[in-house]
Amino acid sequence: MEFTAPEIDWLLVSPLLAVFAAALVGILVEAFTPRALRRPVQAGIAGTGLLAALVLTVVVALELPSQGGGAAHGEVTVTGAVVVDGPAVFLWGLLALVAVGGLALFTERRVDAGLPVFAGQASVPPGADLGSGPGIGTGGAGETPGDGGAPASYDRWEHTEVYPLLTFAVAGMMLFAAAGDLLTMFVALEILSLPLYLLCGLGRRRRLLSQEAAMKYFLLGAFSSGFFVYGAALLYGYSGTLSLAGIAAAVGAGGGPTVLLLAGVALVMVALLFKVGAVPFHAWTPDVYQGAPTPVTAFMAAATKIAAFGAVLRFLYVAVGDARWDWAPLVWVVAILTMLGGVVLAVGQSDIKRLLAYSSIAHTGFLLTGVLGLQGADELGVDQVSSLQAVLFYLATYGVATVGIFAVTTLVRDAGGEASGVDRWSGLGRTSPLVAGAFAVFLLSLAGIPLTSGFVAKWSVFASAAGAGAWPVVAVAITSSIVAVYFYVRHIVTMFFADPPADPPAVVVPSPATSVTIGVALLATVALGVVPGPLLELAGDAGSFLR
Amino acid sequence: MLTSLVVVPFVGALLVIAAGRLAPGAGSTARWVALGGSLVTLAVALGVLASYDLDGSGMQLTESSAWIEPLGVHWALGVDGLALVLVLLTAVLVPVVLVAEWRTGEPGDGIPAPGDPDGTDHRDRRATFGAWVLLLEAAALAVFLATDVFLFYVVFEATLIPAYFLIGGFGGTERGRAATKFLVYQLAGGLVMLMSVVGLYVVATQQGPASYLVSDLAALDLGVVEGRWLFLGFFVAFAVKAPLFPVHTWLADTTQTATTGTSVLLICVLDKIGTYAMIRFCLGLFPEASTWATPVVVTLALISIVYGALIAIGQDDLLRLVGLTSLSHFGFIVLGIFVLTDQGHTGAILYMVNHGLATAALFLVAGFAVRRAGTASISAMGGMEKAAPVLAGLFLVAGMATLGLPGLAPFVSEFLVTLAAFDYAWWVGAIAVTGIVWAAIYVLWAYQRSMTGPPRPVPGVEGESLDHAGAGGDPRVIGDLTTREVGVLVPLVVALVGFGFFPSLLTDVIEPTTTQVLEQVASALPAAEGGN
Repeated sequence: MEFTAPEIDWLLVSPLLAVFAAALVGILVEAFTPRALRRPVQAGIAGTGLLAALVLTVVVALELPSQGGGAAHGEVTVTGAVVVDGPAVFLWGLLALVAVGGLALFTERRVDAGLPVFAGQASVPPGADLGSGPGIGTGGAGETPGDGGAPASYDRWEHTEVYPLLTFAVAGMMLFAAAGDLLTMFVALEILSLPLYLLCGLGRRRRLLSQEAAMKYFLLGAFSSGFFVYGAALLYGYSGTLSLAGIAAAVGAGGGPTVLLLAGVALVMVALLFKVGAVPFHAWTPDVYQGAPTPVTAFMAAATKIAAFGAVLRFLYVAVGDARWDWAPLVWVVAILTMLGGVVLAVGQSDIKRLLAYSSIAHTGFLLTGVLGLQGADELGVDQVSSLQAVLFYLATYGVATVGIFAVTTLVRDAGGEASGVDRWSGLGRTSPLVAGAFAVFLLSLAGIPLTSGFVAKWSVFASAAGAGAWPVVAVAITSSIVAVYFYVRHIVTMFFADPPADPPAVVVPSPATSVTIGVALLATVALGVVPGPLLELAGDAGSFLR
Repeated sequence: MLTSLVVVPFVGALLVIAAGRLAPGAGSTARWVALGGSLVTLAVALGVLASYDLDGSGMQLTESSAWIEPLGVHWALGVDGLALVLVLLTAVLVPVVLVAEWRTGEPGDGIPAPGDPDGTDHRDRRATFGAWVLLLEAAALAVFLATDVFLFYVVFEATLIPAYFLIGGFGGTERGRAATKFLVYQLAGGLVMLMSVVGLYVVATQQGPASYLVSDLAALDLGVVEGRWLFLGFFVAFAVKAPLFPVHTWLADTTQTATTGTSVLLICVLDKIGTYAMIRFCLGLFPEASTWATPVVVTLALISIVYGALIAIGQDDLLRLVGLTSLSHFGFIVLGIFVLTDQGHTGAILYMVNHGLATAALFLVAGFAVRRAGTASISAMGGMEKAAPVLAGLFLVAGMATLGLPGLAPFVSEFLVTLAAFDYAWWVGAIAVTGIVWAAIYVLWAYQRSMTGPPRPVPGVEGESLDHAGAGGDPRVIGDLTTREVGVLVPLVVALVGFGFFPSLLTDVIEPTTTQVLEQVASALPAAEGGN
């Protein structure tokens, strides 16, 4: 058999390559650079890679050829493994942006007395002299630097691998959103997941929670990957191909054992729904969100959701779009369960990161509501918001607000790290109106109050689902929103109208990188609420998926 | 011109914040800036009145430009008779409230601040108060002017944020809970409406390019079932806002804890949005559904009238009492709207204005009384008319206006609505009329218990009583109204008397709109009946 080299349009995949390159260079640098230089060099490489990806994404977006009579733009490349189309490019840009924000939070050292957020080594056991002595983040026998705890000594043990881990995860996410066949999708899923599992376990504070989070996330994640492979195998059995377009063709042609199709779709969806944190596959979310170091939570909560919804949309719309009457009931039920489960469980939370975790589950439900809005181009009215447009817009606003809100939670600190208890935030509006104000704006956006980006996002997913006739789901979404408003507003009350605790937590001034991230996220949240038109149009111009 | 009516108070609010930041203790400047901003707004509103053509019909002074093009959303403003009277009411009440609450936010004003339950806080929050009031005014004016449903929804919700911070930041001890209850209630209502707003979009895109302009939506060809569902979403939100039985329970908690100035803005301005929007959107967009719903709505309105009055009678807290009287009054307004006659509509719109003036006066004078007595409990007051005759006199005038004494403005509107109710069905009229009797009881009985009778003993001082005219300035001794406080009430009383004798000043503005709305409803009916 003769081996033919695949034809690759290097320009189209250049954003992906930029991020992969940054990750690989990062690993080399880790091995060959002196410790003192590692942090700035690593952050620089990661930043350069992500910004290059952002720029290249824009270049690619302008270059995309029009296909299918203008309904879609893009090109299938790498022998069908990667589909660079409008939605993929939109998601790439979004992922790169969110990752830059996450990276900025990763570099934060000022909030905790000049110490990094991450443990010196992943193997540091819990309780290894945390917070006070020189052994911080070092752990292992004989490694305790004996120089009395000057911050300089910790630099020696900073875990700079987090930067390549971050870029690897981003690369996996970008590939995930652009995968043209199930095998690529699976590889991308693993590329994005493995670094995240590791990052979750690297919290320098609260080691036990952090390691527990990593363990849970890894075990459940590995389990769900198994489902994906099984589902992909069944779909191969049904259609004889792993390519999404091929499966679509088989579904369109009919015939074949429907059982294989339905079981395959269900199993693949289990894995994807696990990644987006939908009920009943949500159990990992609160523990992981709470246990992971907050910068990781910020990055992961925003970026994983973006990438995974990219994959959900691509799989459902491209591969099995013609069988939507078969999968729609499944998504109806999951969406309803997810929204109700998320908001009901959020009401009782007393930890801010867990509260936001349950709120993110609810948002997954709202996004799934938007997914249900799938309609054929001929069924859509003039200029009607399509479901893809709505979900893409929602992902953008949600991603930005999520990075921002988790960034703010890192600023309010007790002696033992972040003051994540809800009651610790009492009266913050009085002592630090700026921090409390920013947090309140993000909460209002998540609650979907007009003049914040969250409102337009919610409106669009509801409108698209309603347009496709999913009225009952929209009704549940409205009900859930009402419950959600209650717990978001309650937190604002705590911040602004309650009395501060006797020993109020300190609000620290972060590094410029974090401040800028929060500022940009805040600005975007308000701006997208007041003038959502351009981004909505951009999401609309992305067109539909390329088959 | 209309845009400037929204922009002026908004910019005013920004200036107030800036003024408050200039220097420590600049709150005093800030409140002058706030008052100035509200007076400029009033001037612009009067300018609008001057350029409004009383004989013209439909929306006037309209402005429209695309805002969110993909969704068909416009920044579209316009004014008709209904909007005009409410704009003027708002523009008049805001400066009145600012002067009435002149000392609110001063250091040591005795209002418990967040984190300071005893009210011994010495932070200067005057700028904060003024800024939130002006923001509230900007949003409320935008609500009355909006002629685009999406824009209306946005500013409708936007009013809640300043209202929330006014209740939560400047209220009594239970303010946090009251603010939460208020906001959750209102947002829940708003979200139900969101469903209908989304629904209108879906229907609109099925029939042509998306547009949220009221004029475009009114022309939509709605099915009977769709129309009724969409109507329901809007109506629930407006019933919460108005408020109507059984979604009124936020009302009394809010008025009990908020400062009276805030209550005036909430009850006399914001709640009008509910009844205003019933006319503009429920009747304007869903005439068939509105007639379909009339029996239920009329029943709810009657329950509100009687139930509101009865529980008002039973209140011991003066501010709760005044709040609950409004439940009864809003019952009248909704009744007037949904009997769907010319008389009822004119009466209802007139009622909105008159209720705004009368209740504002009653709230403010009650607030002055409560501040003097140091308690809102009616049973703990008593004998105030001897110590503070001017206060008691104005309390009586405001109370008489509330109960509909002939010669004062609310009488005319109550009379019109009642007549219309009798035309609708005799028993509806008969039940509505009892509302007037109950009103006499709650007003006069409250007056009797709080103002007349033997003076209440001064707490903690043996043998001293409230009318002890201690010239030494004993803070526990009640003084009469100050010039500022009288000055606040005089314009309201003048308006109440003036419109009592010359209601045509208002009805001339209102009637063309009334006729138009009812024609629209009537024209929709035969088609719908044919469809059934």
